[in-house]
Amino acid sequence: MNPVVILEVHLDTGTARLRRLPEARAALGGSGLAATLFSQYARPTEAWDHPDQPIIFAIGPLTGYFPLMSKTVCAFVSPRHGGYAESHAGGRSALALRFAGLDALVLVGRAPRPSVVHVGAHHVSVQDAGYLWGMDALSCAKLIRRQISGSGHRSIWRIGVAGERRSPMACINVDTFRHFGRLGCGAALGAKNIKAVAVTGEEHQTLPTGKGYAALYADIFRDLTDTEMMHKYHNLGTPENLEPLDALQALPWRNLQATSKPEAIGSMSGQHFADTALLRNAACAGCPVGCVHIGFVREKFLPQDNRYLYRQVSYDYEPIFALGTMLDLRAPTEVLALLDDVEKAGLDAMSAGVALAWATEAMERGIITEAHTGLRLAFGATHVYREAITRMAEARQEFWAHLAQGADAAAQVYGGADFACVLGQEMAGYATGETFFVSQALGLRHSHLDTGAYSYDQANPPQDTAAAVRFLVGDEAERVLLTSMVACLFARKVYSRERLAQCLTAIGMGDLASDLAATARILQARRWQQRLAFGFNPTAIPIPRRFTEVVTWRGPVDAHYLAELQKAYAQAIKALAAEVPA
Amino acid sequence: MKRLVAARMDRCIGCHSCSLACARLVHKILSWEHAGIRISSSGGLTTGFQAEVCLACDPPPCAAACPTGSLKARPGGGVVRNKSLCIQCGQCVPACPVGAIAQDRAGDIYVCIHCGQCVPFCPHDCLELVEVGS
Repeated sequence: MNPVVILEVHLDTGTARLRRLPEARAALGGSGLAATLFSQYARPTEAWDHPDQPIIFAIGPLTGYFPLMSKTVCAFVSPRHGGYAESHAGGRSALALRFAGLDALVLVGRAPRPSVVHVGAHHVSVQDAGYLWGMDALSCAKLIRRQISGSGHRSIWRIGVAGERRSPMACINVDTFRHFGRLGCGAALGAKNIKAVAVTGEEHQTLPTGKGYAALYADIFRDLTDTEMMHKYHNLGTPENLEPLDALQALPWRNLQATSKPEAIGSMSGQHFADTALLRNAACAGCPVGCVHIGFVREKFLPQDNRYLYRQVSYDYEPIFALGTMLDLRAPTEVLALLDDVEKAGLDAMSAGVALAWATEAMERGIITEAHTGLRLAFGATHVYREAITRMAEARQEFWAHLAQGADAAAQVYGGADFACVLGQEMAGYATGETFFVSQALGLRHSHLDTGAYSYDQANPPQDTAAAVRFLVGDEAERVLLTSMVACLFARKVYSRERLAQCLTAIGMGDLASDLAATARILQARRWQQRLAFGFNPTAIPIPRRFTEVVTWRGPVDAHYLAELQKAYAQAIKALAAEVPA
Repeated sequence: MKRLVAARMDRCIGCHSCSLACARLVHKILSWEHAGIRISSSGGLTTGFQAEVCLACDPPPCAAACPTGSLKARPGGGVVRNKSLCIQCGQCVPACPVGAIAQDRAGDIYVCIHCGQCVPFCPHDCLELVEVGS
């Protein structure tokens, strides 16, 4: 079996080391491989921004070999919680690594000056790029494209000002329209003095002989394009969920002060976005679905004359929730304008929107004033939020520097922790009930994608702590398998465990396919070990009072059940981590 | 005689499924670059995509540049390729006026043979195999 190929780049010296690890193949790739490498490189006794802490980018054994195997896992020490973190992105990132001949890229050390890392199948360099420091994420990419050839077959990952300023809300922008979004990986890159990483995928790889592989590829491709399974994703896309969640009283509005606004949802629906703002679709490399929805912002920049500029901005359910309903905006163009601003600043859209929603309510309540902010924040005030986004990313004034650390961090300074909508990090857009709140608060990535808890809540299960925990643990295991391949989670209905085994067998890795359920459980446990090794205590994660005040279609959230569920899931997490030797 | 035409590239979403299909089915490798059709963007994804693919010149300048007869004019435009005659000199690459021929580090060349195996893998019908007459 081919070993796992890892390129270790030492940023302090600009040197690199190629490692081939046969034993790492058992970790599959992606999440499993990232956790394995993290256990080798990371230092639990050091701070998140210690130069020795690694940033790991990992793909999986099926990357490029099958459709929708198109994601990359970024693992790092999070500035938000100081422990193991993962963030996932698509774009061209995964195929670029595949065709650079790498299963993983590991960055260690700290560059002495702001720099750009460039790797390819026959190239590695760390080059000074002080002229890029301070530049917005979009302009930065435009310049790098002029410097590095390979249009269409390269992937450029870079940070904005938020990453340079080490905000735990800083993301890494990937190509155009995609992101390693959450838990502050942009700050991890910024702390290493790295403005951008460019990967050129210029080499081909071998394929298995015989017709079995090509036939299986064609079958899966047909499932993805000819059946209804993926229709949602390429039609309205994830914004399709806005209306149904509002109807269920599960869509957060105005900093989660409301869960439904029947009078306003029409202007924030997926259909309304498509009708008024959708330009076209795009796709990650290797994915025929094309779920990326690109809208436009058109602005008159000379008020007295007909002079306009326009920009293209991608949108999805989560950014619309965070920078739309959470801030009580009422028009797609306004949401897209804010999305364009966070894109340039290199902020995670979800965290930025939820933090601004907290600040707005804090101002309404008089906890903070214009003397703190320099701005009169108000729900629906798009033009004020645009300025606020810049201030938050730059983090130069005292209030904005506190808010750039997160809504909960700012609440520690000013008060208002009860209504800071933070579940491990700023919430994702699901006010579906107890299971989701506990899942995001305790989940390994504090992501709505750690488990399908938002769906579990919507299925209206009876209150049963043991059943809910069984669901959370079991569903996470299935997702860990997919994120170790690394599949887009939108393809989870297509890539059953049996299908994944067929795929591995078809490319000559049948020995990895024998007991994928057991493998998933081991990888799940290893990830939790890494999380716990840095002092994570799932029992101690606060779930602010605002979440217990939520009223959904099922009635008020049950605070007692919420607490019981958190306790039980925390125990299950600890038990999981103990299942395999450390 | 059929000819591949990238007729509706304004629909392209940049998934590279065509290139991957050509590499997989024609050249028996995994690649998005070493294939008869390749997708590039014009400076980021905001400007859309273009296909680097043979336009079926008649007569084809790449065949004229080939010193060994590995590339020969194909009825209806473009070339037929006899791989066994190729000495990997790379003369055909700059001879192509639209950059449709790729060459890997080993010297092998990749040019569209208008077989149409990529067409069913385009999810937006950007590609078409058209009859051009013999």
